[in-house]
Amino acid sequence: MSTLTRSYHVVIKPHQKWLYFDWRGLVQYRDLLFLLVRRDFISRYKQTVLGPAWFIVSPVITTLVYTVIFSRALGISTAGVPPVLFYLSGLMGWTYFSTVISTTATTFTASANLFGKVYFPRVVVPFALGMSHCITFAIQLTTFLVVLTMHEVSGRVDISLENVIAGLALTPFLLLHLALLGLGVGLTLSSVTAKYRDIQHLVPTLINLWMFASPVIYPTRRVPENLAWITELNPVAPVIEAFRHLYLGTPTMSLSAYAGSALFAVLLFTFGVLSFQRTARTVADIV
Amino acid sequence: MAQPIISIHNVSKQYRLGKIGMSSLRDELQRWWERRREAAMPPGMKPERPQNFWALRDVSFEVEPGQVVGLIGRNGAGKSTLLKILSRITEPSKGEIHLRGRLASLLEVGTGFHPELSGRENIFLNGAVLGMTKAEIRRKFDEIVEFSEVAKFLDTPVKRYSSGMYVRLAFAIAAHLEPEILIVDEVLAVGDAEFQRKCIAKMESLRKTEGRTILFVSHNAEVVSRLCTHCVFMERGQVKSFGPTAEIIAQYHGHKHGLRRPGEWIELNTLPRTGTGRATFHRVRFRNSSAANGSSDAQKIYSHSRLNVDLEVMANEAFTAHSLAVTIFSPSGIKLMNYDTVSTGDLVRLRPGLNRFQLHTDELPLNAGNYTVGFWLESHRGAPPVDWIESAFQIEVSSPPDTDVWKKPLSDGHVVSSFQLRPVDESLGQLAS
Repeated sequence: MSTLTRSYHVVIKPHQKWLYFDWRGLVQYRDLLFLLVRRDFISRYKQTVLGPAWFIVSPVITTLVYTVIFSRALGISTAGVPPVLFYLSGLMGWTYFSTVISTTATTFTASANLFGKVYFPRVVVPFALGMSHCITFAIQLTTFLVVLTMHEVSGRVDISLENVIAGLALTPFLLLHLALLGLGVGLTLSSVTAKYRDIQHLVPTLINLWMFASPVIYPTRRVPENLAWITELNPVAPVIEAFRHLYLGTPTMSLSAYAGSALFAVLLFTFGVLSFQRTARTVADIV
Repeated sequence: MAQPIISIHNVSKQYRLGKIGMSSLRDELQRWWERRREAAMPPGMKPERPQNFWALRDVSFEVEPGQVVGLIGRNGAGKSTLLKILSRITEPSKGEIHLRGRLASLLEVGTGFHPELSGRENIFLNGAVLGMTKAEIRRKFDEIVEFSEVAKFLDTPVKRYSSGMYVRLAFAIAAHLEPEILIVDEVLAVGDAEFQRKCIAKMESLRKTEGRTILFVSHNAEVVSRLCTHCVFMERGQVKSFGPTAEIIAQYHGHKHGLRRPGEWIELNTLPRTGTGRATFHRVRFRNSSAANGSSDAQKIYSHSRLNVDLEVMANEAFTAHSLAVTIFSPSGIKLMNYDTVSTGDLVRLRPGLNRFQLHTDELPLNAGNYTVGFWLESHRGAPPVDWIESAFQIEVSSPPDTDVWKKPLSDGHVVSSFQLRPVDESLGQLAS
């Protein structure tokens, strides 16, 4: 304790640099990070009858609805895979990405009370959200694997065990990729919504439109030639297709599309964190 | 001498008046459009910019390790803004602060409590929000639970707690922080009297046994003078004075409103105050009612004098108030006498316009010295005060004139009390024999 005291010296002054990031503070508050992850996860299902089972029920219901509407009624192709598997595999990645954005985009307004009363590195809150959604993702991945096994047993698909194991090994990297993208968008939006509340109302619409621009309910291959640029520019598209490719062996997008998306994710994430930090310094005065 | 643990150098904080928290995209576009138009105008025709407001202006002082510093000043003096900057909740506009120790701030109790989580879970969460590590909290867990007196309800969600339990748990966590610098803002205003005493005792022990540095903001001068070694007196965003507590509090209470003599009318309507303004204290006159009219004694107040106070209240509308009070404070700000209609149960009916009241006190049990007088008007319990002048002016109480009846040696305390103090040896000797 006393050794820590001697070296401890904080300077508070206006307008710190754009590129400043308090790594030491983040390490110091790592316990808070994990406690917030726990809080976010638990508080979402407290006082519900089904509890964490909701994380299984809602994607399953969505998948069934999609199967009826998009596959049966509209006859949209599912790349030769049973529609239930197609939608479930697309939804896990997309749900993670979109909930990270929608929950972190309002960080400053949602935590105004907390931020106005006590100091801790503000990025802890969105980081914790990004991590707690990983738990949800894991539950949905398990659901998917169960459904996949059921299909395999009944002989409707033919998936090799090696494929699934390789998929599981690569999934954390894909998830990290999505986390960087989602947090990049969410953190950037949060510093905008802190100042301009109007944007807050645009976020759900933005996410909806983005979903239709992503290969969640349709395979990339079926996108008409003249609209292909949408999926090519969409950084989420390669990741969602990669998930599907890993477990179901559907055709994937080019490696260059994937690498471009990864590079973009890192840049966007860095920009998001820096602009978030910048807003956090005086946000108590404007929220 | 060690380096100061907190050094504040010329810290200023500016706010844009009227625009705080109101920035929307439309405002911003409007401002941008105005700026464009102004740029095209000839100089001299440009409209005035929105006024900026300096909540803090060139604040500088230093705190040595182990000092307990009270921050006093009226509402709007900049105390809370300074605490916010020190706690790193917001940045200063100018200036620099050096902190040479871990700092934890307690601007509110229960920050970060989640209503759905149990008391146990919230102890960990809140502790971490305040900067403790999990291991630290685990080590202090039993102490915290014991201090908070909510052991039975540890696994109940805190939303089921009574407000008293909630506050007790929250303060218990905060009190067990181990920072070198602790910042506390008025949190002691909540909770029952018993618990408040416990909190103050805890803070005293933090200071005495652990040499913690504490920065404390409170309106309660009594607590400030009990806890704090030094005080900072702030006024309109600036440090008015910094020094030993007794000196600064005396200055705070005697501030600008020097001694007033008996018999003259004292204007109250220009004094700084807080209140809704439905009615305001207009003017006041006090006299020594023990002295015969016209005698020279009427010019002074003595120990054991009776006071006769004429008070005028200007009301803007008719209403009934349950509490009209004249209060006398010691130089260090301790409330000595509170002549409050709450204790007699009389309702005060105010008519629009000037209302006159007369207060006759009992003999003042006060030793010689200067005392501060304050005024209070409240319509009903719990409502914001209608008018409240914390310290209006000072009166001087003198030792009784040199007559046989009153000839007693001076004592040091505020309150006059007769007593006997004799050795008991003789009687002991008698019992022993």
